[in-house]
Amino acid sequence: MSHNIEAIVIGASAGAFTALKVILPQLPANYPLPIVIVVHLVRDQPSMLTELLQRDCRLSIKEAQDKESLAPGVVYFAPPDYHLLIENNKSLSLSSDEPVLYSRPSIDVLFETAADSFREKLLGIVLTGANSDGAKGLKRVEQLGGMVIVQDPHDADVNIMPLSAINACQNPRILNLNSIIDFLTGELIS
Amino acid sequence: MTISAYPVTEVRQNLEDFELGLLLEAIFYQYHFDFRGYSKASIKRRMTKAMEHFGCDTFSLLQNRILQECDLMPKLLTFLTVPVSELFRDPLYFRDLREKVLPHLKTYPSINVWIAGCSTGEELYSLVILFREEGLEERTTFYATDINSDSLKKAKMAIYELDRMKVFSNNYLLAGGKASLSDYYTTAYGAAKLDSSLRKQIVFSEHNLVSDADFAEMHLVTCRNVLIYFEKELQARVIKLFNQSLSRKGFLWLGSKESLLFSPHAHAFSVFLPNTKVYQKETSLEHVT
Repeated sequence: MSHNIEAIVIGASAGAFTALKVILPQLPANYPLPIVIVVHLVRDQPSMLTELLQRDCRLSIKEAQDKESLAPGVVYFAPPDYHLLIENNKSLSLSSDEPVLYSRPSIDVLFETAADSFREKLLGIVLTGANSDGAKGLKRVEQLGGMVIVQDPHDADVNIMPLSAINACQNPRILNLNSIIDFLTGELIS
Repeated sequence: MTISAYPVTEVRQNLEDFELGLLLEAIFYQYHFDFRGYSKASIKRRMTKAMEHFGCDTFSLLQNRILQECDLMPKLLTFLTVPVSELFRDPLYFRDLREKVLPHLKTYPSINVWIAGCSTGEELYSLVILFREEGLEERTTFYATDINSDSLKKAKMAIYELDRMKVFSNNYLLAGGKASLSDYYTTAYGAAKLDSSLRKQIVFSEHNLVSDADFAEMHLVTCRNVLIYFEKELQARVIKLFNQSLSRKGFLWLGSKESLLFSPHAHAFSVFLPNTKVYQKETSLEHVT
């Protein structure tokens, strides 16, 4: 089965680093899709996340810049203390609007704007985390015809975020990290 | 029937963006506030919030109300313009400004500072306090401008929720504050009011970066976390406006995730403090029309 997904958005909170360190190193340098990620970070601290992940990854990992265009094979992280949004022309914008669910960056903000922009050509993935950010956004992705995956709550470090996302969606695929990797490197891009 | 050949969501989405475009045109036509060059994803989120607040189901219904009820526009503006900041947001940047930029400004007999998009005044008062502690306040004029007159009113009042002061005080100390932030405010009824003497050197004015011209020669322009709300073309216009307003070797201070890197006018500035996003004017661009 082939999909015409054009972009992937991922949201995670508590346990995010460990989960991403399992997934991202498995993707090849020439991965055909852009990946945009929001993780909740301690604000006011320069994020070392991108540097730490880059060491193990063949993909290019970077902090998203305002008005930057999405490119395949690149992983973009929201900077600490800014929301990250996707524009209709497939470029990125930052905003310092008020936090959503106490979070800035907010997974919902990324997912909702990404869904508006990519509609049925978007894959949204919610991983481990300790609050309900991402549920509303993933629901929006699904409503606009996109594909939604949630990490199996039994497989997640913290299951609150996956459970909230599962509750919000009609028909999410529930997968453990290894199955997510298999899907991303197999069925999705074949 | 041919119409059913279109996926419903796609039709609705395009329609929504089309309606948003019309709404922005209507606001410009009727009230001369030009949001057409704003980043669409952000303005759409904000406008959606406003739509829900005013009980409208579509942007078109909101457009109708905005056109017919002129007292609605000021309320709508509060949804559309830049939100509150903090005193000494990015404290280490303020420390850099104190230690590396103010020594240059000290060489001028009188100093003009423009806080563009000052919102409710947090950034503004941070600068005034900084300049006072460095002995520059008396010879400085602070031009505090914003598109939103309600924000300016709040900025003039300088009253902030008490529970925000803890973060502000911490920022102040990290920024190299020489006293205690509590020296600058009094508290009552769960709020903190900044000392009115801090207003002495401030000129408040409505100003729209999208459509208005520059108005005085500045030695320092600060505009932090405003440009991210603009599309590239509008960003370029505003950078040109700042260039025009700045004196020779004047300083431009942008937000921590903003830069001139991709700006068509980057050549007119040099990078003065790369990490702190302070730029220095090198050459003059021709006047903005």
